[in-house]
Formats: sequence, C-alpha cells, structure tokens
Amino acid sequence: MIEKALTGSKKYWLWLGFLATLFGVGAGFYVDQLWHGLGITGMSRDVSWGFYLANFTFFVGVAASGVMLVLPYYLHDQKEFGKITILGEFLAVVACGMCITFVTVDLGRPDRLVNLFLNPTPNSILFFDIVVLSGYLLINIVVGWAVLDAEHKGEKPRKWVKPLILLSIPWAASIHTVTAFIYAGLSAKPFWLTAVMAPRFLATAFAAGPALLIIICLILRKYTDFDPGKVAIKKLSTIVTYATITGFFFLLCEFFTAFYSGGAEHTATLKYLMFGEGGTGLQPYMWAVLFMTAAAIALLVYPKTRYRHDTLALACFLVFFSIWIDKGLLLVIPGFIPNPLHEFTQYWPTGKELAITFGVWGLGFLVLTFLYKIAISVKLASGDREIEH
Amino acid sequence: MELTRREFLKMAGFASAGVVVAASAGSLLTGCSPVAKSADGSLAGKQLGMLVVPSRCKERCTDCIDACHLNHNVPELKNKKHEIKWIWETEIQHAFPEYMENELLKERMEGVPFLVLCNHCANPACVRVCPTKATYKREDGAVMMDYHRCIGCRFCVAACPYGARSFNFEDPRNALEKDKINRNFPTRTKGVVEKCNFCVERNIYGGELPYCVEACMKKNGKEGSALYFGDFAEEHSEVKSALERLQKEEKLIPLRRKEIAGTQPKVYYMV
Repeated sequence: MIEKALTGSKKYWLWLGFLATLFGVGAGFYVDQLWHGLGITGMSRDVSWGFYLANFTFFVGVAASGVMLVLPYYLHDQKEFGKITILGEFLAVVACGMCITFVTVDLGRPDRLVNLFLNPTPNSILFFDIVVLSGYLLINIVVGWAVLDAEHKGEKPRKWVKPLILLSIPWAASIHTVTAFIYAGLSAKPFWLTAVMAPRFLATAFAAGPALLIIICLILRKYTDFDPGKVAIKKLSTIVTYATITGFFFLLCEFFTAFYSGGAEHTATLKYLMFGEGGTGLQPYMWAVLFMTAAAIALLVYPKTRYRHDTLALACFLVFFSIWIDKGLLLVIPGFIPNPLHEFTQYWPTGKELAITFGVWGLGFLVLTFLYKIAISVKLASGDREIEH
Repeated sequence: MELTRREFLKMAGFASAGVVVAASAGSLLTGCSPVAKSADGSLAGKQLGMLVVPSRCKERCTDCIDACHLNHNVPELKNKKHEIKWIWETEIQHAFPEYMENELLKERMEGVPFLVLCNHCANPACVRVCPTKATYKREDGAVMMDYHRCIGCRFCVAACPYGARSFNFEDPRNALEKDKINRNFPTRTKGVVEKCNFCVERNIYGGELPYCVEACMKKNGKEGSALYFGDFAEEHSEVKSALERLQKEEKLIPLRRKEIAGTQPKVYYMV
C-alpha cells in the first residue's frame, strides 16, 4: 500500500515540500541545541519546562482523542464513523510519535534516553507516561494498518484486531490521565495540584482532537474525492460542543476554588495570568483563550452556525487554537511562576525553540499526510465498500 | 547497579575506617565526629540533617557559599537564568513564602539573611519522580545525584518544593577557571541536574564537616556558628546537642520550609 503515498498532484508535493522544509529547519536548530545545550531555549532555572513539554502535553490530548471515533463506531454501532475511524487512528499514531519526539527534544542528555528502560522506575509518572504512549502508538499503528490492509484486499479484518481495538479505548483515556498526573502529583506546584487536572485534560482533548478531525474532514471534502460524510461531521461537531463546554466548566471550577477560598498559594499563579501580578507576559493570552472559548461555544451551541460548514470550521479552529494556547502557554509554563521562593521569572520561547517545535510539527504532519494519502487512496479504490466487523 | 553502589559505599566506609588515625586530628579540632561510625564501616547515620541559625549570619559574609561552590566546581555563570546554586542567601519572604503576608514577621526579620539549600528530605519528591533513579536517597538520609545516569528531564526540578535544584543549561566547564578546579570532585556536563550533596564525598564519618559548616565555624567559632551538621537520629550527635542548646538557652524554635509539601525536610531554621 505504501506506494500510494508516492504519487500525487502538484499541490500534494508542494504541501510535502513545505512540511519537509519546516522539519529541516527544526532539525538544523536541534543540532545547535545538541551542541550548546538547552540554554538556547527560553527556559531557565526557575521556569525549567517550556514550549516543548507544553506541546507534548497538548499532543497527548490529540492522540487520546482518536478514541472519540473508535468508541462510537465499535461500541455504539455509529456506522457513519466507519469511513473515518482510520483518520482518528492514524492521527493518534502521529500525535504519539510527536509526543515522544517532544520529550526527547526536551532532554538535557538525549543520548541517555535508554536509561528510561535500563533503569525502569515505576514510581515515576514520566516513566509510566512513556510506556503508555509507546503502547498506544503501537496499538494504533497495528490496528489502523490491519484494518486498512484488509480493506485494500477486500477482506474482513483478522479476528485478533477487534480485541486490540477494544483495548485501545481505555488505553486512550490512560495516556492523558497519566500525562495529567505528571503535573497533578507535585505538592511543590499549587497551580497544578488539583484533582480536576486529569478530567480537564480529557475534556479539552476530546474537544481539540475532534475539532482537528473536523477541519481535516472539511479539507479532504474540498480538495480530494474522498467524502467523510455530512452525518459523520455533524456527529463529530456534537462531540466537540459537549467536550468544549465540559472543559470550560472545569476551568471555571478552578477559578472558583482558587478565588473563593482566597488561598495565597493557589491564587498566586491565576492572579499572575489574569491580572498581571508579577508580570504581564502571558496575561493577553489568558484573556484571548477565555474569549476564543466563549466565542467557539456560542458558534457551536447555536444549531445554524454548527451546521454551516464555514462557521463550523471557524468554531473548530477557535477550539483547537485556544486549547493549544491554553495547554501550550497557560498550563505548563505558569506552573513555575512564581517559583518555589515566590520570585517571578518570565518565560518566552526563543526563535530557535519555536523553530525546533515547529520542526516536530512538520515531521508529524509529514507522516500524517503520507498515512492519510495511503488511507484515502485505499478507500477510493475499494469504492467505500462497507466492511462489516 | 544498586548492589554495586552499596558495595562501593561499603568499601568507601572501610577506607574511611582505615584513615581514622589521620582523621582524629580533625576530630580534635571539632571535638567529636559529626556522624558516628558503625563497627563494620557501613553508613551508620540514619538521618543526616542541618541547623541554620539565621540571626548569627554575618552581613555580607559569603564564606559558606564560596567554600561550597569552589570545592564543588560550581561555575559562576553570566546568564542569571542559567545559574547553578547549591547554597545561597535569600530573605525570609523567599525562604518562607508562606509567611510573606505576615507583615509583622517580615518587619521583624528584615535584612536577616536566610541560607537555603537542598533539604535532604526524609520523603523527597525529587526521588519519587525521577524516571531513572539518577537521584536517590542514601541509607543515611543524604539525597544524591548520579550525574552519569541523569537524562536531564528536569522532573525533579519541577517536583522540588524548595527550588534547590539547578540544571546545566550550558556547559559548566566553559565557565570554570582551569587552575581553580577541584580535581577531587567531578565537574558536570551540560544537560544534567545538580544540587547540594551534604558533602558526602568528604570524610563526614571521620570528623570532617560539610564545607559550608566548616567555613562558618572557622569564622564564628563552634559556639557562634550559623550552621550545624550531623545525624538527627543519634542521641548525642553534635547537631542534636546544638539543637537543644539553641532551644533552651537562646529560646529559638526550629522551623522547616514548606511543611505543607509533606516532604519532611531535614534542614531546620532556628528562629
């Protein structure tokens, strides 16, 4: 099947060229980072995790959200999702790969990465996270490929595929829960020390991931012969609506607990983010996220704007972008502001750091494009035959 | 690896027993060993710890910091964001930010220097989160770093409630003056985490004290020292008797930083 990724229109090759350039530039700066150390980033003694781990956290959510197609299709017999479950599975594969890349890029000594496995340490959440992420990547690549290969040959998928698919459902929840536990298990960081962290992670993941899938579906409808189906998009938009509202609700719960109780430790970071106490670097982003989320919810709740594909696309973009900013700039980084000694050190990613980050994006979307090209070519060739599982 | 390390430490213990004669000179100076040795030479200490008496700190004196950083090859970096600090001086509202809103206390303690360092917690969060066991707790309570195993993920830095850990954002060797490097202690590479190690590379079981404590006692005498070190689990240890003296005679009470974090720090501030 792989050969199908090697033929395509001029636009296809231009898109690949663009992604390859992103990746190349990022890789170049990564060599610089290997040479000079993580000092080339904006991170510091006080803000010791930055944009890399923030993107890692965001993409764990994207990876987990593949389950929002798999679960309705396999457990609730929502046949409309049959055509696009493969898109969710391949998105999960790529997002997992990006996560592992982000963690590696963030290491001070990537040459010692294998120490994670040579000295397995079950009490470390990071160790667990790498294990569940690798597992989820493996499950999805095997399942996705097996189902697609069967469709390519006009057969039913092998019997062993189904149990793996069922396993992937709780596994998806586990990857984002474990990632939330990295943050929510530290008594040193009052901003992260909240039981609602994992639920909030899952809710925002199930909003951002399907929002990206809707955008992808709309792009595929427009630029390829493949039609994911209006009903599937409509059902996905319902998922995005509920998940976005739930995620927003959890955020408001955080606000309530912190501000109503008035605990100094718990409000310090929120006051920094919202009112600029201790520095105003991230304040505009905080308010932008609140407004974007509110606007997205308005567009999604009102049926007319949810059904119209142009307004739906706008809403999905707002959801995806605001959650990326939220997890990318407003969750991981302010956990370190103020530091344990109540000193305010500001953080902003450097140009090199951004280039490396988007290099990982480039690599991820390059692989995703290949995988989607294969999947869609197979689907078009098999004439969208309905395969009974 | 675990077994080899223990064997190594035991061997080191035997070696230190062998140099007891040499060390007795040091014992004469300081009175007695800060940490008692066991007969078989293993790590007899149960809970190493430290006392800090902020009011005894002399203004503008940085002897303890200098001694530590010089002997441990801690570089002085131009970029403050990349700073490496094992022990440093701050004020009460930073050492004890939970008291920052107590204006009366802040006023009372204004200008008093608070030395902060790794607390060698009995329940260390850094050890719990390390994915490779590069940071670990010794039998005698010292929380250690294995610079050769650390992958530089900085999970420990995030987990430490005291900001005691530094990460090498750049190559520290570039900032060290060649003729001042202590050849008996490793320099680090870029990309690993480091922190105070309670000077366990010194002969602390044979009468030597951590560099910071030694420097302070040299300046202020044993009675007037702002720093004490020893084994809290042992009844007659130096640190225990200093604790009793400070409580009874000077009516000072022992405070620990961020009790609420549940880490059981082993550096007490006599305030």
